[in-house]
Amino acid sequence: MEYGVNERGYYGQFGGAFIPEMLYPNVEELREKYLSIIQEPEFQAELQELLRDYVGRPTPLYHAKRLSERYNTKIYLKREDLNHTGAHKINNTVGQILLAKRLGKKRIIAETGAGQHGVATATVCALAGLECIVYMGKIDTERQRPNVEKMRLLGATVVPVTSGSQTLKDATNEAIRDWINHPEDTHYIIGSVVGPHPYPDMVARFQSVISEEIRKQLLEKEGRELPDYVVACVGGGSNAAGAFYHFLDEPEVKLIAVEAAGLGVDSGHSAATSVLGKTGIIHGSKTLLMQTEDGQITEPYSISAGLDYPGVGPQHAHLAQTGRARFIAITDADAMEALRELSRLEGIIPAIESSHALAALKEINAGPEDVVVLNLSGRGDKDLNTILTYFEQQDGAQ
Amino acid sequence: MEHNRLTRLFREKSGNLLNIYFTAGYPKLEDTVTILEELEAAGADLVEIGMPFSDPLADGPTIQASNQVALENGMSIKMLLQQLEQVREKVTLPIILMGYLNPVMQYGFERFCEDAARVGVDGLILPDLPFAEYEEEYKPILEKHGLSLIFLITPQTSEARIRQIDALTNSFIYMVSSASTTGSQVQASDSQQAYFSKVQKLGLKNPLLIGFGISDRPSFEMACLSAHGAIIGSAFIKALQQPQEVRQNVRSFLQTLR
Repeated sequence: MEYGVNERGYYGQFGGAFIPEMLYPNVEELREKYLSIIQEPEFQAELQELLRDYVGRPTPLYHAKRLSERYNTKIYLKREDLNHTGAHKINNTVGQILLAKRLGKKRIIAETGAGQHGVATATVCALAGLECIVYMGKIDTERQRPNVEKMRLLGATVVPVTSGSQTLKDATNEAIRDWINHPEDTHYIIGSVVGPHPYPDMVARFQSVISEEIRKQLLEKEGRELPDYVVACVGGGSNAAGAFYHFLDEPEVKLIAVEAAGLGVDSGHSAATSVLGKTGIIHGSKTLLMQTEDGQITEPYSISAGLDYPGVGPQHAHLAQTGRARFIAITDADAMEALRELSRLEGIIPAIESSHALAALKEINAGPEDVVVLNLSGRGDKDLNTILTYFEQQDGAQ
Repeated sequence: MEHNRLTRLFREKSGNLLNIYFTAGYPKLEDTVTILEELEAAGADLVEIGMPFSDPLADGPTIQASNQVALENGMSIKMLLQQLEQVREKVTLPIILMGYLNPVMQYGFERFCEDAARVGVDGLILPDLPFAEYEEEYKPILEKHGLSLIFLITPQTSEARIRQIDALTNSFIYMVSSASTTGSQVQASDSQQAYFSKVQKLGLKNPLLIGFGISDRPSFEMACLSAHGAIIGSAFIKALQQPQEVRQNVRSFLQTLR
């Protein structure tokens, strides 16, 4: 079974580039050039230097002893939360900004939901001295005020999007419309493994540093490169794509993708795309998609602003369909419990997104001899308001 | 293909073709057929009916908003095809359905083509269906049902690609006037004129209609100098928002053009 992208831009039956003609030259230029640019030795040298000195890589692979004891297995946390800007998102934006410069682009656009990708994009634009415009749903700009302020401080223009449901999917639509209107001078930095080919593959490659490091670090710590489990949360799926990348063709490594069940998979307020989605087309990609019977895209729900995307990257759709990855859906309540548990057991406050992965530990039944690597994709600082409000309401109700 | 109203239209009339776009189920759910009748009476040559979608990527704010209203009104592909069931008793204009691929996929591509052809639809515009996919998978289905697929070209489309598109289609080519989403104000410029004349000189077998940014008589007439006709969408949607009754709005707008 082939889990990577084929030359037509597909993962099994998912993927492709379903884009209007107005976008064709931009996407085609990228498709023609991305691999050769990424493989240039000078590009790699510049990328590696930035990942080391600017992002702070390699991120530690931390043996979480108290958490391991709690689940009676051996758990390592891949500390993507320790990256500059607080999450894995910057691995991708650093790579794409170097690519954009080589393509001669002068203007960078991005979409953002919670604002993490927006901040990571604004950061690298400041670094590269390029103009940065970030599209963000109006509702999200209100919910995530501090990230809006950070982006502005970094010199980016934040455009509140008022079309559609005014959240991530509409911010993505608006970024795509901007690209249609500025085909020559603009590069679009997509934040996840979504969008038309070659984006899912390109973003996965930039995130693949996560699993590359895991293999090396595990060899040092355990004398073997392969863990028994790799666990990661999935919204669009970029941190999971990076954590799975170098294990896809190692069948003995169990891949666990954790989606947000919201208030429950069947509650009508969920983001569990692999369960609730049907094959469809979103943002130029054929993938699993939450939609009405008439094919209108619906608004997902999760307490985590980084997991409420109505689709999932095409590779993840393929991994779900072939059974290569096991998909688990975790509710708001279980994720928040796991967040508090990690804070108290290990002194690490995880992002709510990553807390979904943590909550899956009780579902996977790993044994005492097993080695579990969990990708801790981001830190919880950005979520403090949501966390406090949630626990206040909970404690009030009890 | 002999029965296709599009082919016939282009054989019979070679210039100043007026194609009007409107969104099905907008401003009111039941307005679709009324607008069609009125457009025919007022002198449109062909029409493009938009099938509303939650996420219309290639459209600007005016058409986006009309899509949203139409969906709130309860419009869907199923509903539209029901409304068009008897349309050929009243309307002879060529009808093109324009929409994004996802709702069509959910309806079922083949079933959609079959039902659309049965009620008298002549062609489709599916802007997010790439032509590589069209060639491989969808072409035989459209041909079986006698439907034309209309492709877009833009100022960035290469000559080689324009020729490929010309070879693949059999009705007309939709020439997007500038790099933009629908409804933008397009300033006539030298580079645009150069693009128009470049395409004109290619000697394509299909007629050309210019769309995007065509909003009134001057821009329509200007477009007709460089092509067989033009497409007006957003400006017509705005005309439908006027306080008069819908038939009156259609008539008033077309009077300003013809």
